[in-house]
Amino acid sequence: MAGYLDTLVFGIYPYVALAVLVVGSVVRYDREPYTWRSGSSQLLRRRQLIAGSVLFHAGVLVVFVGHLVGLLTPIGIFEALGVTHGFKQLMAIVVGGMAGAVALVGATMLAHRRFFDARVRAQSSFSDNLVIAILWVQLALGLLTIPVSLGHLDGAEMVRLMAWAQGIFTFDPDAASYVAGAHPIFKLHLFLGLTIFVIFPFTRLVHMLSVPIRYLWRPGYQVVRSRPAPRSRAGRGSSPAR
Amino acid sequence: MSHLIDRLNFFRAANVGTFADGHGVTTAESRDWEDAYRKRWQHDKIVRSTHGVNCTGSCSWKIYVKGGIVTWETQQTDYPRTRPDLPDHEPRGCSRGASYSWYLYSGGRLKYPLVRSRLRKLWREARASLSPVAAWRSIVEDPEKRASYTTRRGLGGFVRSHWDEVTEIVAAANAYTISTYGPDRIFGFSPIPAMSMVSYAAGSRYLSLLGGVCMSFYDWYCDLPPSSPQTWGEQTDVPESADWYNSSFLILWGSNVPQTRTPDAHFFTEARYKGAKSVVICPDYSEASKFADVWLDVKQGTDAALAMAFGHVILREFHLDRQVEYFADYCRRYTDLPMLVRLVERDGRLVPERLLRASDLQGAGGEANNPEWKPLAVDDGTGSVVVPRGSIGFRWGEQGKWNLEPRDAEGREVRLRMSLLDDRDEVVAVGFPYFGNLEHAHFAGTDHPSVLVRNVPAKRLRLAEGDALVATVYDLLLANYGLDRGLGGAHTASSYDDLEPYTPAWAEAITGIARDRIASVARGFAGNAERTRGRSMVIIGAAMNHWYHMDMNYRGVINLLVMCGCVGQSGGGWSHYVGQEKLRPQTGWLPLAFALDWSRPPRQMNSTSMWYAHTNQWRYEALDVEEILSPTAPAGDWGGALIDYNVRAERMGWLPSAPQLGTNPLEVARAAGDSGREAGEYVAEQLRSGGLRMACEDPDDPANWPRNLFVWRSNLLGSSGKGHEYFLKHLLGTAHGVMARDLGETGGKKPREIVWRDPAPEGKLDLLVTLDFRMSTTCLYSDVVLPTATWYEKNDLNTTDMHPFIHPLTAAVDPVWECKSDWEIYKAIARKFSEVAPEVLGVEPDVVLAPILHDTPGELAQPFGVEEWKAGDTDPVPGRTMPSVVPVERDYPGLYERFIALGPLLERVGNGGKGISWNTSGEVRALRRLNGEAARDGPTRGLARIESDIDAAEVILMLAPETNGEVAVKAWEALGANTGLEHTHLAAPRKDEKIRFRDVVAQPRKIISSPTWSGLESEHVCYNAGHTNVHELIPWRTLTGRQQLYQDHLWMRAFGESLPVYRPPIDTKTIAPVADEGGGDRPSLVLNFITPHQKWGIHSTYSDNLLMLTLNRGGPVVWLSETDAGRAGIEDNDWVEAYNANGALTARAVVSQRIREGTVFMYHAQEKIVNTPGSELTGQRGGIHNSVTRTITKPTHMIGGYAQLSYGFNYYGTVGANRDEFVVVRKMERVDWLDPPAVPATEEAAR
Repeated sequence: MAGYLDTLVFGIYPYVALAVLVVGSVVRYDREPYTWRSGSSQLLRRRQLIAGSVLFHAGVLVVFVGHLVGLLTPIGIFEALGVTHGFKQLMAIVVGGMAGAVALVGATMLAHRRFFDARVRAQSSFSDNLVIAILWVQLALGLLTIPVSLGHLDGAEMVRLMAWAQGIFTFDPDAASYVAGAHPIFKLHLFLGLTIFVIFPFTRLVHMLSVPIRYLWRPGYQVVRSRPAPRSRAGRGSSPAR
Repeated sequence: MSHLIDRLNFFRAANVGTFADGHGVTTAESRDWEDAYRKRWQHDKIVRSTHGVNCTGSCSWKIYVKGGIVTWETQQTDYPRTRPDLPDHEPRGCSRGASYSWYLYSGGRLKYPLVRSRLRKLWREARASLSPVAAWRSIVEDPEKRASYTTRRGLGGFVRSHWDEVTEIVAAANAYTISTYGPDRIFGFSPIPAMSMVSYAAGSRYLSLLGGVCMSFYDWYCDLPPSSPQTWGEQTDVPESADWYNSSFLILWGSNVPQTRTPDAHFFTEARYKGAKSVVICPDYSEASKFADVWLDVKQGTDAALAMAFGHVILREFHLDRQVEYFADYCRRYTDLPMLVRLVERDGRLVPERLLRASDLQGAGGEANNPEWKPLAVDDGTGSVVVPRGSIGFRWGEQGKWNLEPRDAEGREVRLRMSLLDDRDEVVAVGFPYFGNLEHAHFAGTDHPSVLVRNVPAKRLRLAEGDALVATVYDLLLANYGLDRGLGGAHTASSYDDLEPYTPAWAEAITGIARDRIASVARGFAGNAERTRGRSMVIIGAAMNHWYHMDMNYRGVINLLVMCGCVGQSGGGWSHYVGQEKLRPQTGWLPLAFALDWSRPPRQMNSTSMWYAHTNQWRYEALDVEEILSPTAPAGDWGGALIDYNVRAERMGWLPSAPQLGTNPLEVARAAGDSGREAGEYVAEQLRSGGLRMACEDPDDPANWPRNLFVWRSNLLGSSGKGHEYFLKHLLGTAHGVMARDLGETGGKKPREIVWRDPAPEGKLDLLVTLDFRMSTTCLYSDVVLPTATWYEKNDLNTTDMHPFIHPLTAAVDPVWECKSDWEIYKAIARKFSEVAPEVLGVEPDVVLAPILHDTPGELAQPFGVEEWKAGDTDPVPGRTMPSVVPVERDYPGLYERFIALGPLLERVGNGGKGISWNTSGEVRALRRLNGEAARDGPTRGLARIESDIDAAEVILMLAPETNGEVAVKAWEALGANTGLEHTHLAAPRKDEKIRFRDVVAQPRKIISSPTWSGLESEHVCYNAGHTNVHELIPWRTLTGRQQLYQDHLWMRAFGESLPVYRPPIDTKTIAPVADEGGGDRPSLVLNFITPHQKWGIHSTYSDNLLMLTLNRGGPVVWLSETDAGRAGIEDNDWVEAYNANGALTARAVVSQRIREGTVFMYHAQEKIVNTPGSELTGQRGGIHNSVTRTITKPTHMIGGYAQLSYGFNYYGTVGANRDEFVVVRKMERVDWLDPPAVPATEEAAR
């Protein structure tokens, strides 16, 4: 039974979650473009938002990049670069721990504001509440893995997690088995992470895909949109709206 | 195709160029998202409509429809052009109208017919075994069943029903009421036809065919200035707003033009750009004050004192010290100032009595026709007494002499003598009443004596019945104003600094306005009128008209205009703007609305008297007649209560009566038929013998209760119901907040003429039916709520006083959900009624008691005294000393067929209005061809059809002179026969024009000049009231045929209002009974309760509109001055309670410097359905503004059968005054939203 559950959650669920994430996001982007937004509540109340949001986003971005690089970089590359598993594990604990703590402080402020500021609370949807709650729990779980990791600083546990993550993307039928023996905290953390993928297309999280980072290197202050070439001469001016 | 794929353009350069040294880039990215912005303003069609909201705006709007949904509206800009020297009308509109489309799909929109659930349960149980009328009888004749739903009114409990069921309930109730109590126990209240004429006509046509009663509104709203019929014999006639531009001196007196005449305000601004001087008179720093060159912050309620002082200055400087020829000539020709008044002795001194008449002369001055109704004057040339033409005696019984040519009855040219100063036989001391010495806790007075004796030049005349002393109205007027003319005596002033009534110094003490400012404004006003021949104008709102002594405020102002020759002159005159009264195609509409094509007369009732009696406000009356009686009142018994005066007026036929008799009129008709006598004779005899009694003598007898009430196009209970809590208590019989104790409980003086019943009835109505598009306060208290079409879902017509155009409401979309237009709703009720009625009713005889009406020969009823048949002074003679009695036949089973066909009476007796009539067969024939002929066999076969609302609109347009040039010419011809002058040139150029419904849909159309109105629509002048009187010499419809400044009726003299005087507000005595309710030492204020019109709504409409709520504070507010608020520890936005014996209301406080100390403003008609907590005192939801008011009637408004002082529907009669009221204001300690269910769950379950 335990084996089946592991297969379901860590072997099948990841594909479901990723499929929902990708297809859901594409469909929403196409069908409901006006709902594609971050849903900021800054207009309602500035208090606690700026500090909370900056702390949260700064921390969570580091954590996110850390997970991305840490989990999905093939182990061979680390080995080729001479990064030992123990060193990598230590880095994950130190950098991830600090960033995670910062993000948790920010998330706590945001959650407090969301649930206890009457005006913000009144305007919050179920999904707004869900997102902040689930992120807070996920951050807390992430930090709770640190004591566990301190128990095996050799990085072997981490390598199993990497193997699982990469196994998912390489369609390794045994991927689930790599994490079957992991500490329950890790399992919970992984499950919740996948669940965040599932809710992603239905919440404000989609704003991650539209962060206007291009502004950082965009040339020119004034943007002029050119008129598209007419599709046909007869089509202009008198045709009904498409 | 797909936004995502479109954006996957990594291999194509997004940037296709740069400019400005690389600071700008040109991109080739997809631009499809821009379509979102384009589509935002795309629409499928634009439809012309307007807002039927009684705002006077009558603005034409473009209604945008997109995908079958009304999306938004913008202002139309296609009004016909004006003249080159005049700004155009457009654009017209305001923020309120622009937010209307919100209503169509809002949460408060009524979507389905609703019924009170308990009533529906009873109905379905009863209907399971009984026929409809029997079912209704089984419910209302069982006190427990009846109370089970009537006591729950206003407490929720509606359930959805369907049209078939609700129309059956209504029809059965109507049929039961007619057969049991009489059709005159069925009432309908709907105001202001001009805002949607067809909708009004739908209900009133149904009621009139039933024999039910249509209730007045203009007088009830207290927008009717009785001073207008008193002075001009005209309900209200005013210049259009474009005429402001022709003025060069504008006084805005208690009118807040930018806030309440928003679409017209531009003419005011434009007039100022042109150089017009503007004076604003109002107690608060209002939005209008920004228009002011001079702002006079008069103490509220003392406007008459200010007007009297203005008059004092104008008479002194422009009539006495220097005589302006134009003013003198105008007064001589167009006013009663040269007329002779008898002086008689009273309490040892002389007082002015009635106008001298031809009948007083030996041989009646040679006048055979109506000599009692022909006042006299002295001819300046010969010095002899003459009978000038134009008085009301010439209007009836003869033709050709009813005009204002300066001739006497024989056609000799005369020049009437204004003053007898140089021609006097003696100087006599005459007493004038003075009321400014009455004590009032909140208003300053002076200690002058109650009778001011002043010297007046008089002449001694030899009359048929001996010698008499006479004076001209002009000389009396000058004495009344306290002007020293070198005749000696006391109480006259030669300097403005003398503290004598009515000098500027005196007015300063009363009004708080400095004397030199009073003199300077008066001088400027008259000086401008002198230089421009009358282009000085007073724009006046209803604010001043809501005081109990409104006539004094208004007549004080009217006198100024008349003294300066402004009335009837372009850019001059009296601009009283209140509701949207001007139903321009009135004479075309009347037959449709009151079913005059089938039977005449209709039953109509003046609402003020009706509500005063039937909401039992009279039982709480605290104003003693003694308090308002003149110290110079003629001898006689002037005791009794206010309602006694009303009962007497009804018995004498002065005011209408409904219910009319204590007996079902169908029974009366049958009994009269059985007796073989004529109905009038029978009723008169029965009244004298006591076999029949007037219903007004016993309003609390269950047989005399109003049983069914229809309310449509109105929010009676959420807006206009003065004495709101009394309505709830006595009319509806539900939870209420009345804290006053009635005269029975307080041991006060009870009325004499009326049966006092204990306990007072609660819940007189069996059935309250309301038609509305939104869940208003009235709907909440109703038993049946019918969802009607909005102004964007029906076809109708709309006109106003403010501009000369007629334009439509048209259906942009069909009525949503199960809504229907008013026309279709009443059609459905009529159809069901015809099905249901045969259970108890067939073709029935009925007798209608009609009051003595203005503009009919009956208005010459009692020329001298007041003779009452009940007192034994005279016999009851229908139409002279009692109401007329007219037999009428009702075809109840055929009612529906009659409803949808234009009846035969128009062809048989013609059409007309205001005392003239014409043959209208041609128009009826044209309607047959236009609307088609009724094809069903029966009495309506071949008659013109009125199936749809557009058919109904075509009837109005075809029959009215204003929209059918041919009819206009006929109407002017008819008037010409009366006056002996030629008037058809006023309409002849437009004779061929026929305005149809589709014409006004295409573009608003300018109406055609008609004798229904006293102004002209022409290429040369703007519409201005009184224009045809002055320029066409058509007499005013008054006793003298001239502007009547002297009111000589016995009751006018008794109550001291022959000439305008200053009368301080009355004491309503509503604070003392609740003095102990204060709850110890909580700081509170006693403030004058002022209810002007708001910025965020029109009456109650829009006060629940989210857009308007967002612009204001989102719920009820009252405005307090900073100083007052500070005294009571009230800060801005605090919840406060305002209360007195009448009830309590809750609101948030707006604390502002612009409010005058001593007043609290609650903008009129903020509904209690939005954001209103419970009152600490009453435990009921904090009320509307009318929760703290109670209306108080005035005997002078009950006068009838006396020329211009004769009843007309919405024209003369009692008015709902409410502004003398005071309230206690204090901060609330506990804000209770009364959220739990009204009935505890256990109690509900037990049922």
